[in-house]
Amino acid sequence: MSGRNLIVGLVTVFIAYLALVPLGFLLWQTFTRGGHPTLAAIRTAYSQSGLGTMTLNSFAFAGGATAVAVVIGTGLAHLVVRTDVPFKPLMFAASLVPLIIPGILHTIAWFFLLSTQIGVLNIHVIHPIFGVNFNVASVHGMILVEGLHLTPLVFLLMVASFRSMDPSLEESAIMSGAPLRTVFWRITLPLARPALYAAILIMAVRTLESFEVPAVLGLNQHIFVFTSQIWTTLNASPPDYSTAGAYAMALLVLTTIGVLWHNRISKHGRAYQTVTGKGFRPRPIPLGRWRWPATILILAYFCISVLLPLAILFYASTQNFYAPPSHYTLRHLTWGNYGAAWHDPLVQHGLKNSLILGLGTATAVMLLAAVASWIVVRTKVRGRWLIDNLAFLPLTIPGLVLGVAILTIYLRVPWLPIYGTLWIIFIAYLTRYIPYGMRYVSTSMFQIGRELEESAQMSGAGWFQVFRRIVLPLLVPGFVAGWIYIVVVSVRELGSSVLLYSPGREVLSIAIWEMWRNGQFPELCALGIVMVAGLVVLVGVAYKLGAKIGVREA
Amino acid sequence: MLTIRNLAKSYGATRAEKRGRVLAVDDISFDVTDGELFTLLGPSGCGKTTTLRCIAGLEMPDEGEIAIDGRVLFSAERGVRTPPNERRLGMVFQSYAIWPHMNVFENVAFPLRVLPRGQRPRKHALSERVERVLSVVRLDHLAGRQATDLSGGQQQRLALARALVLEPPLLLLDEPLSNLDAKLREEMRFELKRLQRELGITGLYVTHDQVEALAMSNRVAVMRDGKIEQIGHPRSVYEQPESRFVADFIGTSNFIDGTVERCDDGVYVVQTDGGVLRIPSDKHYEVGQAVIVAARPEHIELATNLNGIGPNVWRGRVEARAFLGEVVDHVVAVGPREIRARCNSKVSIPAPTEVTVRFHEEAFSLVPTGD
Repeated sequence: MSGRNLIVGLVTVFIAYLALVPLGFLLWQTFTRGGHPTLAAIRTAYSQSGLGTMTLNSFAFAGGATAVAVVIGTGLAHLVVRTDVPFKPLMFAASLVPLIIPGILHTIAWFFLLSTQIGVLNIHVIHPIFGVNFNVASVHGMILVEGLHLTPLVFLLMVASFRSMDPSLEESAIMSGAPLRTVFWRITLPLARPALYAAILIMAVRTLESFEVPAVLGLNQHIFVFTSQIWTTLNASPPDYSTAGAYAMALLVLTTIGVLWHNRISKHGRAYQTVTGKGFRPRPIPLGRWRWPATILILAYFCISVLLPLAILFYASTQNFYAPPSHYTLRHLTWGNYGAAWHDPLVQHGLKNSLILGLGTATAVMLLAAVASWIVVRTKVRGRWLIDNLAFLPLTIPGLVLGVAILTIYLRVPWLPIYGTLWIIFIAYLTRYIPYGMRYVSTSMFQIGRELEESAQMSGAGWFQVFRRIVLPLLVPGFVAGWIYIVVVSVRELGSSVLLYSPGREVLSIAIWEMWRNGQFPELCALGIVMVAGLVVLVGVAYKLGAKIGVREA
Repeated sequence: MLTIRNLAKSYGATRAEKRGRVLAVDDISFDVTDGELFTLLGPSGCGKTTTLRCIAGLEMPDEGEIAIDGRVLFSAERGVRTPPNERRLGMVFQSYAIWPHMNVFENVAFPLRVLPRGQRPRKHALSERVERVLSVVRLDHLAGRQATDLSGGQQQRLALARALVLEPPLLLLDEPLSNLDAKLREEMRFELKRLQRELGITGLYVTHDQVEALAMSNRVAVMRDGKIEQIGHPRSVYEQPESRFVADFIGTSNFIDGTVERCDDGVYVVQTDGGVLRIPSDKHYEVGQAVIVAARPEHIELATNLNGIGPNVWRGRVEARAFLGEVVDHVVAVGPREIRARCNSKVSIPAPTEVTVRFHEEAFSLVPTGD
């Protein structure tokens, strides 16, 4: 039993270290100067000019993008779950977009599509029709691009919510004589309210945390939000750590409020459950004359969210110099950028480091999460709720804030010289993705009957043997799914990496970021296309595996 | 009042794969008369719920016609397809489908609130109608309560009130009692029956529970594989099953294979491998025809005195018995087969005992061979 206690203790201490130390340091950094408590940093930070605009921009950006994502995502989810609209599989393919097109690529693609000077859509569609250009490098543009990137998330959340709803609740409204419109507004939507509120809060938090869109579209126009403001403060010379810390604190408070509020709602949501019947698979509502508009809507969404961004990236990757598509450019295509990207030392470093970090982080996170969630789900160790909450805590920390915190720690701590190595990025990733790992493992852990472990114990197995030979093998489905998910998200991570990398320690997303700042557009797009292809394969494998394992489980 | 003609509905029927389709409802026709409670009874997958949902309009049949009081709701031939929300029928769902975001009053008021603008009652009239129907189901004291706080039986009554508030010509009930526990189910059975009779509601009831069907209905249609096997009053369906399936599905039966030897004045003499049976039946069977004798165990008497065997009185040996409270079940070996006899609790014979097995005539029905 002492072996078990040792492991339990180590895991607890380690998770506490990961979750608490950065937050503590951030507080310390922000509220002291030379060892004395002071509010100087806050004063400096919030007396800067343009601060009111920055805050307003942040809220407008968060509110706008959330509105865009929630309205489109909920509408599409209802169409797909409840009506006979065709091309439903297309929607599910489109919902994978945020996984396979990293945020920074998505944003750059939209820059090429909608910028005032070189935006293809502006030149060929919007200007001819409306006589003006849509400027994507504006708060409106940021809202649109971020909203589009978040729509699939809302879509998936709402699909799950609509599917779990007892269809007879809607059918009984129909039988009461209500027309379909009334059923949607008076029954379906109110019943989906908990999920809807949850989606709104998640999207608002995500937008506040987002760095890619404000950095790519806003920085050049001096449109700042919290994240880009933090980055700018740290990139000034000399970098002002405590002021950046003050901004980070504010952002942290906002996202924490959002996350805690969301948790409260999801607990309340359970009160909405009633008795459910045998679940007669309902007939999809026939759209009748609305079928064509709905079909066009679905196809248009697929084009806008998947085809257009990928097409423009691919087109750009075949050009020597970026110029909007024209008769001339389409006849002068080249594959040279792919070769150039491959030989670029930046890309080579990025590829190597991303591989090491992706695989390393995923493995470490999942192992840690397996032990931690076993403690939480299975044992009666006192204080296990603490582990649960600690492992959950990083979810409230935006990537950029975590970057600031970790940066300040390891700049100050001489006995752990990891600044300027991959380790510092590894620690950031580990911290960021522990909550996701926990979620994947806990779900599978709840499905393993306690008797399976107890019977192994009765057969004479010790704790470690039980864990290695019974628990881990049974966890494999959740473990593999979580592992792949974490590889995927860590390859695309930008918020923390952008503050923590140093020359020679770039990751792939940093390579794209650097190329963007250097104006190497065609090469960037070549790298991006290859990256998307790689992620498609990875996500495809994950789905295949998931499906296979799922079948065996049933 | 309700007329169903040649209704058919298949699933998985895309034009490309006509062969792979499953007929859930296969050309059925029946009528429900005013004020009666008509039950569709059958095992799961027999098409009873699909039939009900076709009448409701929640499923679209492939063929046939559905009409209420001469108003055609669906007709494949004439291309009539009234949408479910314009059929004005009441429906109680298996899961009750109580809306959890409304209170009791609002749940019942909903059908009135969504009436077309001209017919929508004013505030006062609306609450009067809601309260009236709530008091009919005895929920008036709970009008302000949140719907999710009700017990199972109360939710059930609320669902009924909501279905009745528009005073529909026909009430559709889809296994409404199956989510209740045994005790409450029995209570609600009588309650439903009372309401139906007092309010003069015409009802179409779907259940897989034969006891429920026999206890509540004026007429029962036994369904199997999308077809109706037999329609009749509960008593006649029970006492004169027309097929082995009906005899087996409703109640318990012993099945004995035999051959018709002769027929004297409506009494068939059937030779079986256990002996001769004399069976009154108004059905027609040829001499020499193979038949199945279905014998209800509650009309089979056991006795320990061993005198007199002959037609309908056989010799056997008790193999096992089970005390079930109100009755005692005996398994009796007769020749090569075993027969179940259900005796009142005063008769309890231990195994192994030689006994006389006496079949009363009302135990018997003759059904054709095949399932």
